[in-house]
Amino acid sequence: MLRALAATLLAMLLRIALTALMALRALRRNKLRSSLTALGIIIGVFAVVAMVAIGNGARESIQAQVANLGQNMLVVFAGSRRSAGVNQGLGSASAITLQDAAAMRREIPAVTAFSPEVSATAQVIANGRNWSTTVAGEAPEYLQVRDWQLSAGAMFTDRDVSRAAKVGVIGSKTARELFGPLDPLQQTVRIGNIPFVIIGVLDSKGAGVGGQDQDDRILIPFSTAMERITGDKYLRSVYLQISDAAHMQSAEEQVTRLLRQRHRLSPGTDDDFNIFNQKEIADTVATVTSSLTLLLGAIAGLSLVVGGIGIMNIMLVSVTERTREIGIRISVGAQPADIRAQFLIEAVTLSLLGGLLGVVLALGAAHLVSALSSNFKAIVTSGSVVLAFVVSFVIGVFFGYYPARRASLLDPIEALRYE
Amino acid sequence: MQRPPPATSAVCAAPVIELRDIERSYRSGDVQVRAVAGVTLSIQRGEFVAIMGPSGSGKSTLMNLMACLDRPTAGQYRLDGVQVQTLSRRQLASVRNRKLGFVFQSFNLLPRTSALENVELPLFYSQPPVGLRERHRRAREALETVGLGERLTHWPNQLSGGQQQRIAIARALVNRPELLLADEPTGNLDSRTGIEIMGLFQALNDSGITVVMVTHELDIAAYCKRILIMRDGRLLEDRRSERPLRAAEERARLDREEHSAKIDRTEAPC
Repeated sequence: MLRALAATLLAMLLRIALTALMALRALRRNKLRSSLTALGIIIGVFAVVAMVAIGNGARESIQAQVANLGQNMLVVFAGSRRSAGVNQGLGSASAITLQDAAAMRREIPAVTAFSPEVSATAQVIANGRNWSTTVAGEAPEYLQVRDWQLSAGAMFTDRDVSRAAKVGVIGSKTARELFGPLDPLQQTVRIGNIPFVIIGVLDSKGAGVGGQDQDDRILIPFSTAMERITGDKYLRSVYLQISDAAHMQSAEEQVTRLLRQRHRLSPGTDDDFNIFNQKEIADTVATVTSSLTLLLGAIAGLSLVVGGIGIMNIMLVSVTERTREIGIRISVGAQPADIRAQFLIEAVTLSLLGGLLGVVLALGAAHLVSALSSNFKAIVTSGSVVLAFVVSFVIGVFFGYYPARRASLLDPIEALRYE
Repeated sequence: MQRPPPATSAVCAAPVIELRDIERSYRSGDVQVRAVAGVTLSIQRGEFVAIMGPSGSGKSTLMNLMACLDRPTAGQYRLDGVQVQTLSRRQLASVRNRKLGFVFQSFNLLPRTSALENVELPLFYSQPPVGLRERHRRAREALETVGLGERLTHWPNQLSGGQQQRIAIARALVNRPELLLADEPTGNLDSRTGIEIMGLFQALNDSGITVVMVTHELDIAAYCKRILIMRDGRLLEDRRSERPLRAAEERARLDREEHSAKIDRTEAPC
């Protein structure tokens, strides 16, 4: 019983293989026409696979930038302040204090590192040159939170913070502007007339998510910055590193609760701070780029449908041209299903060959794009390749069925008389 | 060609073709055309029948009905003991494949396809399927039967009309049919090749295959054992030939005549 079934199956497969061979031969007879027909599918599959690859590449690239911010980072910004109806922008409210920051570190167990931040734009002078840059007061753990390395020297320490030492770590861009090719280590930089000794140089990090140059800055201990530069007891923001990505959400909630409690905000009033959750941003970016990729893919998919219509058109022509052949086949005993299978397999062969070439072209294009661009890679996933094949198969079946059915329903006598 | 032994002796005794009041009518605009207007006929195993008649007499339509390419609008058709007129499209295809071999006036070979593959074509559609090697073997055998053992890989357009018709006959024989049907098989051939093809049919008939052919040439019908004449969709005459011509003898006579004609020409003064 099982053996008989296997034999029938084998015979069926053999028949399909032979029919496919026959189809290939028929397609070879009309090389130009077959290629032009397949071109529709080639372009469609190429477009879909390439678009999805570019979408994936864009997502990876943006995600890399978000990851570049640091690891599992929460940033608590002081809220905006309204002054006579004018919103002064993020960090303008005098809301978060050093005590708030210390409380977050102390009371939220998931926080593994933190850095209170104050910042100002200042004119800096060194080596006979001057430059306007961002001066940021931070804690030593800032580097850890931001996942940032030093290319030379060392970060200031907690001791430097506690005695408000006049030391700084310079960004690579600022160092280049002030010192050119010279080594900035142990040089003195005057920030608003106060001399600071440069003890470290930051690694280059490139543009941030907002496009600002992260390498143009000088980091100094936050205590020094509060005392000497801003003269303010309020923080602009607090950087927090959370132990695990899974705890980001709950940490954010804990920070909110803690600050509302410390600031004695009654229920129903707005927060006087904002929290930037890196994971949330990353997730949003992922969602946005995914839907963008889907949109691009869908538009490209339209060209696949057009390609399918091309196949249907040519198959209809082919059925008409080969009416006599169909008549001969029917007269020697071909079942309607045999005729249908023949033309269906021809259509599917055409669309699958088109799909194959389209994928090859897309792989080549992705390779080319990646080779030409340093920071962007088009990523062809195996999923999109499989999908392309499945879709070209389905298109072959869908658009091949009608012509094949027409062929199978031909009247043998009429067909044999056809000139 | 050997045919498989019939399943039962009862089937063996029955005629191969049994038509009873067969009709086939078409609607042509408002007019009802009765191409075949009631034919009753039976053909026994081993017969060699020619159907003759002027064009429009319904002989081709009758042929298409016998070939199961068309269905009667009325009447009964038993082919090899099976009621055919009630069968479905699929069953008819199967009957054509197993029991019938069909030869056309215009050969109807697949272009750009080798002789061997053309002959294999009916086996491609056989149920149960025939294996690849068996297919080759049987196609080769059929080609040898028709005297074309060598030109297996040639395309039809590389062969003469007579050779093409031989391929078509081999294709009709490859499934070892009960019945060979031929529609003007010599119509596209010169008379010498026509006689050759008739010789082939006679040889096949001698080996036991029933042959029914349509022709409008009396010369050709003269090789058949039984001649049916149709007019206006009806059978006008059903006559048995006492002594049908033998194609082999005719060819020999033709050769002789040609030879003496040549001698005449060479002896004639310039």
